[in-house]
Amino acid sequence: MSNKVAVIGVGMCKFGELWEQNLRDITLEAGMYAIFDSGVKGSDIDGVVIGNMSAGRFTGQEHLGAQAADMGGLGDMAAYSVEAACASGGAAVRQAYMAVKSGEHKVMLVLGTEKMSDVNQTEAMNTISVASDWENEGMFGATFPALYGFMARRHMMEYGTTEEQLAMPTVKNHANAAHNEWAQFQRPVPIEVVMKSGLLADPLRVLHSAPITDGAAGLVVCNEEIAKKYSDTPIWIESSEQRSDTLALHDRKSITTMNAVVTSTRESLKEANLELTDIDVFELHDSFSIGEIILTEDVGIAKKGEGGKALEEGITEIGGKFPVNTSGGLKARGHPIGATGVAQIVELALQLRGEADKRQVDGAEKGLAVNIGGTGATSIVHILGR
Amino acid sequence: MAEQGVAQVWRRIRSIYNVQGNKCKTCKTHYFPPRPVCPKCRRKGQLIDYQFKGLGSIYTFTVVRQAPDDFKRQIPYVVAQVELDEGTRLTAQIVNVDPEDVKIGMRVRACFRKIKEFGESGVIVYGYKFEPTMKVTGHKEK
Repeated sequence: MSNKVAVIGVGMCKFGELWEQNLRDITLEAGMYAIFDSGVKGSDIDGVVIGNMSAGRFTGQEHLGAQAADMGGLGDMAAYSVEAACASGGAAVRQAYMAVKSGEHKVMLVLGTEKMSDVNQTEAMNTISVASDWENEGMFGATFPALYGFMARRHMMEYGTTEEQLAMPTVKNHANAAHNEWAQFQRPVPIEVVMKSGLLADPLRVLHSAPITDGAAGLVVCNEEIAKKYSDTPIWIESSEQRSDTLALHDRKSITTMNAVVTSTRESLKEANLELTDIDVFELHDSFSIGEIILTEDVGIAKKGEGGKALEEGITEIGGKFPVNTSGGLKARGHPIGATGVAQIVELALQLRGEADKRQVDGAEKGLAVNIGGTGATSIVHILGR
Repeated sequence: MAEQGVAQVWRRIRSIYNVQGNKCKTCKTHYFPPRPVCPKCRRKGQLIDYQFKGLGSIYTFTVVRQAPDDFKRQIPYVVAQVELDEGTRLTAQIVNVDPEDVKIGMRVRACFRKIKEFGESGVIVYGYKFEPTMKVTGHKEK
């Protein structure tokens, strides 16, 4: 029997500050859209896995696996929750991939969720900073933007990356999100506005940073037999790789490259038997604009130090050779931490099915997503194909 | 159960008051904070306590302008990665200098300061920050 793994259903809730809905509501909405999209019955699903970073701190609720199965009325089943900071969503996708590939599960519901707006700004900032080495970075005053500010300053010094280039991921991603009805910010922003926005941690500004977002995303992942039964357009997970690096940014030899991204991308392409030039559409983790610049280099779209130049040349725009973050990315789609890695797969699946409307990349056949945790201590790469 | 932060900070006093880490006798690598296992030698490693000199240079830095409540009174403040002369890096605030004057490569030395409070009734954390090396101290420019 084949051990291919397919995505046959995708769904998400509208990302944003969702004052009227709680964690349970948004998760349920995304999961139900995914199930309806797939056509499977609730009784076909034999497991649920949910990616979440910190519901315990953001909302006071843990044990989300059982909660999701319960609220969805799915009954008695294996319900898992996984955490890998901002890569929790990607980790959930990978857990389902491995479970289906091994034959242990046949049809799994994958969820990613985060409800961030129920706490005040201080609590939100503190919670985000535990994604890095809190006792050695956060406790000494290094906020999460500060750590990415460290990277940005070194990148500017080592490679001459400019402030204009630093603003470009934001401009591009907002332009893309203008065509994404699920995105938090569906409007373009001019580069002057980005460059004049308030400083968070020099040289990073508010509009270089992904927002605080409530949101959830879901997938139905299954084996080949079930995929063919329910779907005319299954999207195959052609490879899945995960790598780690030091938890603290200061323990890395270089802070202008993410080694875990380099190795997980390389291994992922090898496993799928593809070259980078075979990939038609990318979702790269842009929690800060410098992150997209570094990842553009680390996955191999641009040479080291030339990520900013690639943006300038429009290579990563829709219509360019390597379109990046057609969904709007974390910056404009929004970054509900645990949901992000799942939402990236939702976007790739829509692109490969040809259902991405005005942001469609013509004839997209292969897509690659990079979801990172913390400042690059976890990197999870998935390659999808139709 | 301890008050917030008390045990968490108390057990690290030696390390964060004095910049004390460790060193692997096998590969001669220095670690701060002290590591439980030498990642290069693993079971062949032999870790011994090491008192850092507290001298180094700024590897990268930022000026924090939005911070959680614990640090709000200090904004804007400079936080940096300091490369210690022994070869390892740590993250710390840079004090006794105008943010505009901070540069990559600037020589700095450790000083003892109040870091933060764990909320209104929580423990006060003391530890290392860094300040520009002053010639009067006799610390040579590298």
